[in-house]
Amino acid sequence: MKTIMKTIEQTTDEVLNLAAAHFKVPRAELQPGDDFYKKLGIDSLQALELLTRLENHFGVELPDYEVQGVSDFHTLATRIQTRL
Amino acid sequence: MAILMLDLAKYDSLGAALRDALARWPAEVCLIEADRDKERSRLAYRQFGEAAETVAAALEDSGFAVGERAAIIMTNQPKWLISAYAVFFAGGVLVPLDYKLSAAEHLQLLAHSKAQILFVEYPLWRAITLAPEFSQHKLRKVLVSEAPPNADLAGGLRWEEFRGACSPEFRPRTRKDTACIVYSSGTGGHPRGCVLTHDNYLEQCAAVTPVFPFWPGAHYLSIIPTNHAIDFMGGFLMPFTGGGTVVHLRTLRPEFIREAFTKYKITYMAVVPLILKNLQRGLREKFAALPPGKRKMLDALIGVNRALTRGKPRPGLSRMLLKEIHKAFGGGLQALLVGGAFTEPATIEFFHDIGIPIYNGYGCTEACTAITLNDLRPFRPDTVGKPVRGMEIRIAQPDADGIGEVAVRSKTVMSEYLDDPEMTAETIVNGWLMTGDLGRVDTTGHLQLFGRKKNMIVTAEGKNIYPEDVENNFEGIAVKEFCVFAENYIWPQHTMTGEKLVLVLHPEPGQSVNGALIQELSRRNSQLLNYKRVSGYIVWDQDFTRNAAMKIRRVILAGQIGKQLDRSAMVSL
Repeated sequence: MKTIMKTIEQTTDEVLNLAAAHFKVPRAELQPGDDFYKKLGIDSLQALELLTRLENHFGVELPDYEVQGVSDFHTLATRIQTRL
Repeated sequence: MAILMLDLAKYDSLGAALRDALARWPAEVCLIEADRDKERSRLAYRQFGEAAETVAAALEDSGFAVGERAAIIMTNQPKWLISAYAVFFAGGVLVPLDYKLSAAEHLQLLAHSKAQILFVEYPLWRAITLAPEFSQHKLRKVLVSEAPPNADLAGGLRWEEFRGACSPEFRPRTRKDTACIVYSSGTGGHPRGCVLTHDNYLEQCAAVTPVFPFWPGAHYLSIIPTNHAIDFMGGFLMPFTGGGTVVHLRTLRPEFIREAFTKYKITYMAVVPLILKNLQRGLREKFAALPPGKRKMLDALIGVNRALTRGKPRPGLSRMLLKEIHKAFGGGLQALLVGGAFTEPATIEFFHDIGIPIYNGYGCTEACTAITLNDLRPFRPDTVGKPVRGMEIRIAQPDADGIGEVAVRSKTVMSEYLDDPEMTAETIVNGWLMTGDLGRVDTTGHLQLFGRKKNMIVTAEGKNIYPEDVENNFEGIAVKEFCVFAENYIWPQHTMTGEKLVLVLHPEPGQSVNGALIQELSRRNSQLLNYKRVSGYIVWDQDFTRNAAMKIRRVILAGQIGKQLDRSAMVSL
């Protein structure tokens, strides 16, 4: 079976779509470089909840420490991309 | 139930007390390691002792001296406690560091503590080795756990292979000797290393365990980092003195925390307000999703429970009235202990109403954990409770309303801040620990808190942030001078939640704060961990008041700003 590798842009876009859906904010308001804590008004535990949603969507597993210190969507997408 | 806890008055050191605990309950389960929904390992007290003694033997073989310092940078897991006990067994001093700090901060605190040995998990060690300051470290031996087979350990040894050849010698310590150096906060040039003795810990543990007794079969869920005074006490010393079990959950994902309650029938869990609020949010969502009839019934039962538990918790009754909710908490929960930061009374009230006893309290690392504790008899969510046994509290320089600085005297107060006599002298005055927090003791002996006297904030995650520590990150920005304050230090108000940091900018004459400068401030701010960021800035057009050594006189400057500007002058970053 041929697997088509996602580009980082596609991964980032999917991260933004899921974040918008999960926290019920308009997708158009989210940009890759946004600080998700600030933009979504969430705390670190809610960020971990989002991470679980992302893991389920992408079929990857990211240990908590992998996202420690990460606060923008693009870097988050990059961490996911390396595991795809 | 007859509870045969260790009588801590008989012991001179943590090592001696823990050694007896291992001998008393050899077959009981001591540690359970869980990762997400899987269980990785279970250790009985005997196995724990065997594992720790081989590490202690290896330490002694390597020339580890009595009083030598060994640091730990690990997430909550069995190897944390095994390493800690090995250090105590070999007569060492433990330096538990927050695994959530950056690599540069880890190196800074390792250097400050003069630790010679380090126990560290591989991903954290890898980050440390990549930091520019790594080449200057003075560690003699590094034990790296869970490293992949071909990993480059940069001079470290595998924790799993660090085994001594012979039986180790137990090295006794006295109560006056240092047990741990715990950093209450403070990197960025001003580390606050609390020097805590064996006496401090034994006294604190003896004072708190009668309120939260452990027994074989009692389960403590450990999620607050073990370097934190609360988990070191609740997730190590307390359960061990009663033969209890510590469940380590190697993730903070809320869904797995919830699952662990039922899977392991948790008896106690310590949480910071952030986690409590998350649990509350989850429950509220579930309540909101109930059909109207069921919701009405639930509200009525909550009302009945509230009325019947005002005077004291009645867990049996609450479990009967609100069966489904209690089932979700495992059915055996005795208490959720909340600490590390101030908890809003409304949150405590929410849990009390559904019959989940929340014991809030007040404490600090400098006093070895808890100073006061709310015993819920009666329920007083507007306070942080009464002093725990052996704690003397005094309100220094009270105002007309009886509010002043909370001062504490007890056997649990640290001996000093490591290598900082000046800060020690400011903090411990005539034997009283000056906490920097403002409070009042009411007629029933309950302590109420009303904000801070000191220039610092505490986040809902229980992190103490000193503004001076954040300043380094803005070094070199294009203004004449700048500094960072806690917002409530400039504009005092009687609250301890929602605290913020504010950057004070003094531009060059004629310089305006806009465009490139604001972009640079935002960039620098985003480099900080999210809980350390400043919320905004204010522009101040006068020279900062400084002393002869050119240090900013913060009390005076904050007073000047507070008089001339109000909070609305703050621009968000």
